[in-house]
Amino acid sequence: MISLHVNGKRYEVDVDPDVPLLWVIREQLGLTGTKYGCDMALCGSCIVHIDGKAERSCQISVKEAQGKKITTIEGIPENHPVKKAWISEDVPQCGYCQSGQIMAAAALLKKKPQPNDADIDDFMFGIICRCGTYQRIRRAIHRAAKMMNKGGKR
Amino acid sequence: MNEIINVSRRDFLRTGALIGGGLILGFSLPLRESFRAAATPAAAPFTPNAFIRIGADDLVTIIINKSEMGQGVYTSLPMLVAEELECDWSKVRVESAPVAPEYNHTAFGIQLTGGSTSVSSEWERFRKAGAAAREMLIAAAAETWKVNKAGCQAEKGFVIHEGTKRRLSYGKLVEKAAQMKPPQDVPLKQPKDFKVIGKSMKRLDTPKKTNGSALFGIDVKFPGMLTALVARPPVFGGKVKSFNAGKAKTAPGVKAVVQIDSGVAVIADSFWSAHLGREALEVVWEEGPLVTFDSQAQREQYAELAKKPGAVAAQRGDLRTAMTKATKRIEAVYEVPYLAHATMEPLNCLVDLRADRCEIWTGTQSQTFDRDAAARVSGLKPEQVKIHTTLLGGGFGRRANPHSDFVIEAVQVAKAIERPVKVIWTREDDIKGGYYRPMWYDRMEAGLGANGHLIAWQHTIVGQSILEGTFLATMVKDGVDGSSVEGAANMPYEIPNVLVDLHTPKIGVPVLWWRSVGHSHTAFVVESFIDELAHAAGKDPYEFRRGLLANHPRHLGALNLAVKKAGWGKPLAKGRFRGIAVHKSFGSFVAQVAEVSVNPKGEVRVHKVVCAIDCGRIVNPNTIEAQMESGIVFGLSAALHGAITFKDGRVEQSNFNDYPVLRINEMPHVEVYIVPSQEPPSGVGEPGVPPIAPAVGNAIFAATGKRIRRLPIRRDELKKV
Ligand code: FES
Ligand code: FES
Repeated sequence: MISLHVNGKRYEVDVDPDVPLLWVIREQLGLTGTKYGCDMALCGSCIVHIDGKAERSCQISVKEAQGKKITTIEGIPENHPVKKAWISEDVPQCGYCQSGQIMAAAALLKKKPQPNDADIDDFMFGIICRCGTYQRIRRAIHRAAKMMNKGGKR
Repeated sequence: MNEIINVSRRDFLRTGALIGGGLILGFSLPLRESFRAAATPAAAPFTPNAFIRIGADDLVTIIINKSEMGQGVYTSLPMLVAEELECDWSKVRVESAPVAPEYNHTAFGIQLTGGSTSVSSEWERFRKAGAAAREMLIAAAAETWKVNKAGCQAEKGFVIHEGTKRRLSYGKLVEKAAQMKPPQDVPLKQPKDFKVIGKSMKRLDTPKKTNGSALFGIDVKFPGMLTALVARPPVFGGKVKSFNAGKAKTAPGVKAVVQIDSGVAVIADSFWSAHLGREALEVVWEEGPLVTFDSQAQREQYAELAKKPGAVAAQRGDLRTAMTKATKRIEAVYEVPYLAHATMEPLNCLVDLRADRCEIWTGTQSQTFDRDAAARVSGLKPEQVKIHTTLLGGGFGRRANPHSDFVIEAVQVAKAIERPVKVIWTREDDIKGGYYRPMWYDRMEAGLGANGHLIAWQHTIVGQSILEGTFLATMVKDGVDGSSVEGAANMPYEIPNVLVDLHTPKIGVPVLWWRSVGHSHTAFVVESFIDELAHAAGKDPYEFRRGLLANHPRHLGALNLAVKKAGWGKPLAKGRFRGIAVHKSFGSFVAQVAEVSVNPKGEVRVHKVVCAIDCGRIVNPNTIEAQMESGIVFGLSAALHGAITFKDGRVEQSNFNDYPVLRINEMPHVEVYIVPSQEPPSGVGEPGVPPIAPAVGNAIFAATGKRIRRLPIRRDELKKV
């Protein structure tokens, strides 16, 4: 049994300890907001927060994730400035990459509350959007940064 | 952290539910049920036609016969209904249509999302559906109040009687409205009265796409379901000679290993088990005739073909005589490679096959093909096959396969295992899986007369046919597949002597439409070569085009707008250069001006793209803008990075490391301008793609004097030595 702390809940999961966290989140926990895109740390669709940092869940075995605090897209509150900004800018197209984008953006803003475009590009470089929503992603991050600065919830 | 949830693999498989209470989620329900639960309650909804259902709770469910793959149809089509229905936009919900004749494409006669036609083909039908429903609701209210219909009007989900100011919500009227006779030919609103169409409306699917609840095919799951990965031949046309499943079957969680037409399927209780099983599987392949296939040899073969006359696609004047009279003759060869669609969501298909029915959950663009193919494979009748169209994590044409590859395969696996099973393609499977944009080789020749007038133009195209062997084979006429020459045979420039001809070699690599189809290569060739000719004639590339487009006002409209907004001819920051292109595709006219710099290492940076589009009447500016940005990114990915190549019959690429796509750090600043128009609406999903490669190539020429004639752009060719 592997013990996982995800979105404030504790799960006991009966899986092979070497399985990537991604697939356990998706298949065993049923949290399908976290996506599979490449399995090779190339696309960022699978990003979750582990102890507050953006990590690719396809690269971490479930055993390594044991005992750590994991947050998936489903664990981000609806009033989170990044989510609100994403809705205001109407960012998603097909939507498939967007969980990874949002999780990364939230982590970026925690690290750097006022990023400029270069900071955004540096941090978000790893997350592919095949639909090409990048311009709106930049705009949404700036908007979220503004909201957070005005005392919005981080 | 107060709740502990035990998830044992066995329990999970048996019940599909989480143990520990309070967390049993919709994810274990078949999609159909969860859709219903989220939509309208069963209490006698009003269904005036196949596209609208209004519930007693006032919710308006619009049944959409097009697949949502990012292009925004789950918003733009509801807008068409809402315009006439006069409903409350916040009460609008969307549901994907089942497969049925009433949902067929108005032009293609099957259920299909493609060709950037969703809005144009439904422009009348969806508005009429809304208008008819509105009239029935008004009639129902008038009857309730015993007043004349003429004194009643519909507004924001209510029918209001003007004289007495009485009002009833649509939900209160559903029972009576259902008994009203559907009216014939309700007149549609005049455009000046539009309240919804033409407004920038937010996408209806955005909230779900920002909280992880949007359901894609890969997310659908139900009790007892298994997951399969398929080992496919390393060479196209290959077959299984023999296989040894011994080791694969010892991988934990692997349930079965079965041979199907496309290869060997490893079926397991989870993705990772199937993956480990497939790794351990030993297959001996019969590699077939393409085992020596090689991209370099293919280029040489195409080059030879291009020297010979092909099937004539367009001809006017007397080309040969004109060429002899030309004062200047310019020749060039253009080449583009095979390209994979690389949708962000890898292909997948879930099949539940029973003795008397087959249910399929998948993100497909082509429900009718897929249903009929599933019926053939399963031995059922088409009406026993149900397709549940989920959201698509990108389509770009890959999910509209007339050969139904990913569906047929999944049905075969389900047939073999007799359990619900989802076949998932890994990224490698997807990149290596074929159905590529064809590789193209284009030989160009042009003649300039006195004063730099363009008097002769020859364009010889070599490449595989997409339509041959599909339901659209009738569009192959006299050896010319219309999709191979679109954008070339009908290029707009007025030149007195023209010949466009085509060679269609049979190669054996599966090809398919890839966002903008033939235009993805013809725009690059025509718009780059016209730029070469402008320079050869000593003219400004914009002015040169303008001079040849006098009778093409919509091309000119887009071109002039882009030029004006981009400040064409005005000074730029040091090291930056502009390039321009204009192209018509899918009924829309798009001009783009790219601002580019090239560093001494030969690295190209696209800083800014100004895009102007004339797509007829504007339905949702928000969508048009998003689709232009999207098309530009898609086209830039191909121009800067994309190539599928072969060696020893094998695809040389495998994942985003060797098949890179555009990332945010390469994203130019994009400005989109829309030409106002009274023409009927035309496409926006694809037309943003074609002009970007030539616009960038032309800017690179301005920057370096080097002409980009082969994609992707190669840094080595631009390096300052
Ligand atoms: S799936 Fe993890 S980075 Fe692509
Ligand atoms: S929205 Fe489709 S991949 Fe990003």
